[in-house]
Amino acid sequence: MSAAAPLRIFLVDDEEPARERMKEVLGDLAAELPNVVVGEAANGQEGLERLPERTVDVALVDIHMPQMNGIEFARHLATLAQPPAIVFVTAHDQYAIEAFELNALDYLLKPVRAQRLAAALAKARASGAVRRESLERAAAAAGQGARRFLSVSERGRIHLVPVAEIVYLKAELKYVTIHTAGRQYLLEEALSALEQEFGELFVRVHRSCLVARSRVRGFERVVDEDGEGAGWAVVLDGAAEKLPVSRRQWPVVKALAGG
Amino acid sequence: MSQVPDKLPDFRNLGVIARILIVVNVAAAVAAAVKATTFGQLTDAFLDIALVLEPVLIASLALLWAASPWLAKRPYWIGLALVAVGVMWITAAVVHLREAVDTEPLGIIRAGSFALLVTAFLAGYFHLRNRAFSPALAEARLQALQARIRPHFLFNTLNAVLSLVRKDPKRAEHALEDLADLYRIVMADANNLTTLAQELDLVRQYLNLEQLRLGDRLAVDWKVDEAPRDALVPPLLLQPLVENAVYHGVEPGVGPGKIEIAVRRDKDRVHVKLTNPYHPDYQHRQGNRMALANIRERLQLHFDVEAELASGVKGANYEIDIVMPYRKAKPDAAPAERAAA
Repeated sequence: MSAAAPLRIFLVDDEEPARERMKEVLGDLAAELPNVVVGEAANGQEGLERLPERTVDVALVDIHMPQMNGIEFARHLATLAQPPAIVFVTAHDQYAIEAFELNALDYLLKPVRAQRLAAALAKARASGAVRRESLERAAAAAGQGARRFLSVSERGRIHLVPVAEIVYLKAELKYVTIHTAGRQYLLEEALSALEQEFGELFVRVHRSCLVARSRVRGFERVVDEDGEGAGWAVVLDGAAEKLPVSRRQWPVVKALAGG
Repeated sequence: MSQVPDKLPDFRNLGVIARILIVVNVAAAVAAAVKATTFGQLTDAFLDIALVLEPVLIASLALLWAASPWLAKRPYWIGLALVAVGVMWITAAVVHLREAVDTEPLGIIRAGSFALLVTAFLAGYFHLRNRAFSPALAEARLQALQARIRPHFLFNTLNAVLSLVRKDPKRAEHALEDLADLYRIVMADANNLTTLAQELDLVRQYLNLEQLRLGDRLAVDWKVDEAPRDALVPPLLLQPLVENAVYHGVEPGVGPGKIEIAVRRDKDRVHVKLTNPYHPDYQHRQGNRMALANIRERLQLHFDVEAELASGVKGANYEIDIVMPYRKAKPDAAPAERAAA
């Protein structure tokens, strides 16, 4: 990018006056650091919908927002092929700030000073996108809890799959497939990490499969995979196929049948 | 911490009256048990004592009820001495009356020393209780709580005011004035009671500031036409609860969220009801529970068992109900306080 090209900035904050203020400060900086606001949104979910087609250089993201908070927004953004750099903005969020500092993520405190913003933008332009692992670690450290959506890239856009709609997750060779009642998606994440994050909602029935606890309808006896004797398979709401339960997991899964 | 002022309990408070009744009767039962060897003797002994004790107890409570406001203005030790003299005088009078009809009266020495002992025990008990629930301790806890929940609101509000400075300087000025008023009260000595009218004004100023940054997302339904404006309430009774309602009920929502504030008087009780939308996924329960525990404690400190606070989820809403006794402020007290503040 040539030095003359203005920095393309995307604003996400649920408070309209806060976005107005940020635009004022960016305007004040324009002579020193050419920039243009290419879009804005009032929460993370709206942010993903409104993200412009053309590359965004920096996203200025509030943390405390309804529907989808700033940290989850940033995690979804990180699945893009060319994700923007992210600078978090917060009024006061002690846990998040500690998590950012531990993981070398940049943040600004509201009210934001022009000079501090200029420094953060220059740094963001130089260092580029944030590493996905840093975001994940920061989210865990900030006590954000599990995500409400899983994000899959489709033709350069982010598609959100609500966690509540997922019937089961199956590990393939390199990917995890998400199965909802209607369709399937490919996800570039590890099944073990998903099990850790969503342990309350999903249970492992097999080395390569997590099923939604709320979808378990019952169990059926089937012939074992290896053809030696009979095993169990789980019947799920919203899935035609029955998924085998491994002998190792059976004692854990069995308990769900009673409930 | 050692600066807790010694004072007599409020003898018109139901909790205080109940405690006196229980302690005195338990003491009588113990005295009877000491005398008796069989169960039948125990009942007889208790009745013997009760014949003198109950009239003394009821007359003493009536006297204390009548004299309570007057006693409260005396220095602690003088007040205590007057209470002891009053109780002894009533005891002497009752024993004298019993002597006229009873063949085997309870002697003045026994009745008198029993009355003196129980009065001394109660004085000691209320003294310790006053220390334990000292406003100084409660205030320290209150300030810790406020320090915890304030920053999010303060910095967001300052940021919203900054956004107005260039476009609408007049509104920015008003907002800073509201903020100054709010903080003056928050930082003031929180021990004295304030009027309901002042507390409602404070809540209104606070909500004006929240409206500034939240805009249409915050809707407030005031039902305070029947509110007794001169009722005495602990300061910062409602504001922290309304702040919670905004934080947990309005901010997590994308669309408009409505807070309802209803205050009414029902004879000698004041009812306050606060309703806000409930978002199960966004509960920072600890903060909310701390605020509720803090306010419950201060209600107890000021009104003892006569105040109640209940909270819970009802359908799509979270509701808080407060019932407290209606204590009127003196007509001149409120304006004077305001001028001083």
